[in-house]
Amino acid sequence: MHTFEFIRPADPEEAVATAARANTAQQGADLRFVAGGTTLIDLMKLNVETPARLLDINRLPLDQIEAAADGGLKIGATVRNSNLANHPAVKRDYAVLSQAILAGASAQLRNMATTAGNLLQRTRCVYFRDTAMPCNKREPGSGCPAITGFNRSLAILGTSERCIASNPSDMCVAMAALEATIHVQGANGPRAIPFGEFHVLPGETPERETVLEPGDLITHVTLPSPVLGSKQVYLKLRDRASYEFALASAAVLLTVAAGNVSYVRIALGGVGTRPWRSLEAESALTGQPANEANFRNAAEAAMRDAKPQSENGFKVELAKRCLTHALKTAAT
Amino acid sequence: MATDPPATPSNPTRRAFLRTTGTTAAAAIVAGRAPAQPTVTPSESAPAGAHTDGLNNQGAVPITLRINGEDRSLKVDPRTTLLDCLRETVALTGTKKGCDHGQCGACTVHVDGRRVNSCLSLALMHDGAEITTIEGLGTPGALHPMQEAFVACDGYQCGYCTSGQIMSAVALLQEPCGPGDADVQELMSGNICRCGAYPNIVAAIQQVRNGA
Repeated sequence: MHTFEFIRPADPEEAVATAARANTAQQGADLRFVAGGTTLIDLMKLNVETPARLLDINRLPLDQIEAAADGGLKIGATVRNSNLANHPAVKRDYAVLSQAILAGASAQLRNMATTAGNLLQRTRCVYFRDTAMPCNKREPGSGCPAITGFNRSLAILGTSERCIASNPSDMCVAMAALEATIHVQGANGPRAIPFGEFHVLPGETPERETVLEPGDLITHVTLPSPVLGSKQVYLKLRDRASYEFALASAAVLLTVAAGNVSYVRIALGGVGTRPWRSLEAESALTGQPANEANFRNAAEAAMRDAKPQSENGFKVELAKRCLTHALKTAAT
Repeated sequence: MATDPPATPSNPTRRAFLRTTGTTAAAAIVAGRAPAQPTVTPSESAPAGAHTDGLNNQGAVPITLRINGEDRSLKVDPRTTLLDCLRETVALTGTKKGCDHGQCGACTVHVDGRRVNSCLSLALMHDGAEITTIEGLGTPGALHPMQEAFVACDGYQCGYCTSGQIMSAVALLQEPCGPGDADVQELMSGNICRCGAYPNIVAAIQQVRNGA
């Protein structure tokens, strides 16, 4: 691990002002905020991340879960994943978020990992994590060996010629379906970013994963007021029963009125280069009778643009069945 | 059992034994090619348990950790993980280093009463925190009920993952967990046992939970 200066800012303003002097908030950043450390310390040990300065935000007052003025929920940046998943309001009104978080990592990691950290969780692509290998995300322009190499766990949606790395987060899949908003304090003041605009596609610049700029500190996430009457399901499929990343997962909010789908939100995990909201699946299902044939149609729509790689063609059908089953579960 | 007991001729500790035999073996190899020379083993040149506390490290930062109920003022390199701090600086070697990447759970300790992977956490981040390791759980004469249950249920083979398993299991008692074996398995999935003692580990935890 490279040496670094460890800084504990007194308040969010000092954190933002210090971080605003950094060169980037993306891969290669010379300054990083550290909270749980479960991604960052891991990558620093691998020399994938080599920040010269670490800003410890654990003691900033960003660790509360509160009711929001509009009837929704406000979740502080450093709320631990375990506290979020087990919060009574989350279990009652945002069950898909609780289920998704508890489907990820281990009890120890959930006790450490934070809300904002999970938003910024990095890919598990083996080439990204190995500095002996080329990787366009880690070393722009060096190439992507995953496209012709080990890609069984990688993405089939949102890929580019430069990068096929999958986003590993479960929490983010639920937040995409819940239409969360990410609140950032930046050098030019606060701003709110809709969840769907926060993560960016790899395109020509896979080293850029979010819209964050130097100085941007995620302060909290808000969830809109709960959709009354909707059933929520998170279904995760993986190589072992627990403590494993998703091969495919689905977060579903579904309301059925008089036999027809009146409201549906769908996001997929394990298959996209970012947490994958499927507007295609939602529009295919909205207004249709809530039956298995239509659930399958929605899943077909979600996978219409899938681009499987040499080792992960199975994910296309797996993701379809995952989403179909999640919708069936939500409808019963 | 706060630290390794001092090694004596009648009571050799495993660590002192390994240090001595390792050095002797190396000396034997050297002796085959060169005239025999008197060798000094590390255990002779430095008293057992005398570990560097980082005082001579350039850039070391002072922190205080309350470890197993005792305040410890330490100086650590900023890169020092909580795991390395416990093992190397404080010489509490009950906490084990397995993967060093948060994937195996051997390094599990409690920070302010919650279980964490000490390998993925910097010691500096926990300045002022209350740390509990396996050494703070029970003593050989007065085992924690979970330690007793692991013995009674044979919840280990090689023992390397055991301190992490027990620290996880004790924390689990305070967490939301359903009654079934499957619930325990799910919440213990962050602790890998390559010997495969899982059924007995689950049995030990259920024995404590059921007050048997």
